[in-house]
Amino acid sequence: MNTRGGSAMRLRGLVRKEFLQILRDPSSIAIAFVMPVFLLVLFGYGVSLDAEHVPIGLVAEQPTADSADLTDAFEQSRYFRPTRFLTMAAAREAMREHRIQAIVWLRSDFAARLRRPDGAAIGVFLNGVDANTARLVSGYVQGVWTRWLEARARNHGRPLNTPVSIEPRIWFNSEVRSRNFLVPGLIAVIMTLIGALLTALVMAREWERGTMEALLVTPVAIREILLGKLIPYFVLGMGGMALSVVMALWQFEVPLRGSLLVLFAASALFLLVALGMGLLISIVARSQFVAGQIAIIATFLPAFILSGFIFDIGSMPAVIQGITHIVAARYFVAILQSVFLAGNVWSVILPNAAALVIMALVFFAASRRKARKRLD
Amino acid sequence: MLSRILSLMKKEFLALFQDKKSRFVVIVPPIMQLMVFGYAATFDLNRIPLAVYDEDGGPQARQLIARLDGSRNFEEVARLTDEGQIAPLIDSRRALLLLHIGPQFSRNLARGVPAPVQVIVDGRNSNTAMIALNYVRSIVTEFNESRSAGAGGARIPARLVIRAWFNPNLESRWFIVSGIVGLLTLVVTMLVTALSVAREREQGTFDQLLVTPMRPVEILVGKALPGFIIGLLEASVIILAAVLWFRVPLVGSLVSLYTGVLLFLLSAIGVGLMISSLSVTQQQGMLGAFLFLVPSVILSGFATPIANMPQIVQDITLLNPLRYFMVVLRGVFLEGTPFHLLLNQFWPMALIGVTALAVAGWLFRHRMY
Repeated sequence: MNTRGGSAMRLRGLVRKEFLQILRDPSSIAIAFVMPVFLLVLFGYGVSLDAEHVPIGLVAEQPTADSADLTDAFEQSRYFRPTRFLTMAAAREAMREHRIQAIVWLRSDFAARLRRPDGAAIGVFLNGVDANTARLVSGYVQGVWTRWLEARARNHGRPLNTPVSIEPRIWFNSEVRSRNFLVPGLIAVIMTLIGALLTALVMAREWERGTMEALLVTPVAIREILLGKLIPYFVLGMGGMALSVVMALWQFEVPLRGSLLVLFAASALFLLVALGMGLLISIVARSQFVAGQIAIIATFLPAFILSGFIFDIGSMPAVIQGITHIVAARYFVAILQSVFLAGNVWSVILPNAAALVIMALVFFAASRRKARKRLD
Repeated sequence: MLSRILSLMKKEFLALFQDKKSRFVVIVPPIMQLMVFGYAATFDLNRIPLAVYDEDGGPQARQLIARLDGSRNFEEVARLTDEGQIAPLIDSRRALLLLHIGPQFSRNLARGVPAPVQVIVDGRNSNTAMIALNYVRSIVTEFNESRSAGAGGARIPARLVIRAWFNPNLESRWFIVSGIVGLLTLVVTMLVTALSVAREREQGTFDQLLVTPMRPVEILVGKALPGFIIGLLEASVIILAAVLWFRVPLVGSLVSLYTGVLLFLLSAIGVGLMISSLSVTQQQGMLGAFLFLVPSVILSGFATPIANMPQIVQDITLLNPLRYFMVVLRGVFLEGTPFHLLLNQFWPMALIGVTALAVAGWLFRHRMY
């Protein structure tokens, strides 16, 4: 019924109309360009799991040369910012008021016990509320303790007997910069928001204002309407994505070990999924109000918590792992972390890209079906 | 005046709950998300996929491997026979961690010289990598101690006795679930308030409201109360679920907890209405809601500690009401922090709330388009 040329012309018209609308309400442009910059700057600097200069309390009930030796070791560690307390009660009070995160307690008989066969005990009290930080701090304390033991053994001329030691090699991120994995993950979260925000309201707005009915009586096909909505926002979204990648590379100095082409292709694919989700939301919702509500609930928190960006998916219960499969950001995070830090690992990229293709197809097929059904 | 507020409130509730989909979105997903996130969000690792490359094969090496296999934190997924197998396994994420025991291991142990083992970790998520490495470290320490205890080896002059207060088993779920209470309360109030004025502006009904005898204060109260009531109810349900379902201990007093909830609702609703009355279209309202919601969550100390942030970002977090609410939630839930130690969290929330509401009320009349 439609000639190819006519279809292309209609599509051009729709795209042009959409672009004009974007220019008229600058919030779309703000979403695509201002939001990624604002959020990446804030998060790239703000989000870090590397605890340094942790405030701790040192209590040496009876200062001696031995206890001074150990407390000095804590003073010299870059992981700690120690404060000395005279009594355990004072330190306990400081911990309750969150002025310190941990207490290292040397009893008055510390020096004497060091020389007895059963050895001395070093009391370490952590604020366990933030279990992750507590565990990190506990690891740092053990590090200081081990180095202190080694130095002490060397001074006494008897090397310490630790038969099996670990030589850790941390691949892909040898300096253990948490920013290197958080920034790629944040890009996935931000792109989820941008994709959904750009399209979530657009169809709902047309229905709400009645312009959709007007459009439907023209010879334009549903497919063309959807494409006409999609193309301008895709262009905007890719602009935002490019900006995010530039910032990741130059502002946050995240290495890019894979190829730019793979990164580009994966981003385009993910953006299609995110836009498709927004489109489906706006078609299902009927009103902008409901579309906005669904977008708020369905995009940010799932992408933040269920994508594996910060919480390890492999450690979640099986049912929850199953649920993460419907979160598109999960696949994008896996691809991004590999392409940025490890390189073009096809065994990671291909299955995740395939999942994104399937999700994109499902969203568009569903959007088309739902849009057609609305005619009656 | 009261009857005017009540009728506006009734209208707001109708606007929110008349639409079947809107009713559903405000009530069902937050509760579902609590369940899903409560289980999903944890920094504790289990079933870490482990690969073993044992070039030694002696009984000591087998003992060490057995200790790792026996821990519920690890699950052996591959036994390698060749160095070349390591990279593909780690690259493809089939194994997170590889234990490599060299051919000299037994001989070194027998001669009493240090016997290093190599541990390769996938650092693509460096936090996970460090946690996994710590698990290995503590297993190796136990292995050494049991060996030296058995062989009567050299004693260690001082050992660490580590205790964690408030959360003795260091369950990160306690920390996360108590934080989710704040997250979801914020999301719910945003759902209710962020688009409410924007929608009326876009549809033109807000002008009609302004020409009625209602004063801006009455409009403000009428718009704020539904959010308050819904937020309070949902927060209570979420708190109940945290305590009864997730078994997070609630050591502190309910008075402190609910003072925090009420003040937080005040501030969140204030900001929500402010965003809404600043927007001319619903799209702008939604953009504003996200621009507030996302940084609020990320910079609240929910998952990554505020203390790790650079000073300037730490200063920015002072404007974030969720930051204070997180401290209240965790303090009351896990530490039993008394009321007076929380005052420094209470007053900033109250101040943010009152300021934001005042700005919102002012904007009602002064933001015209």
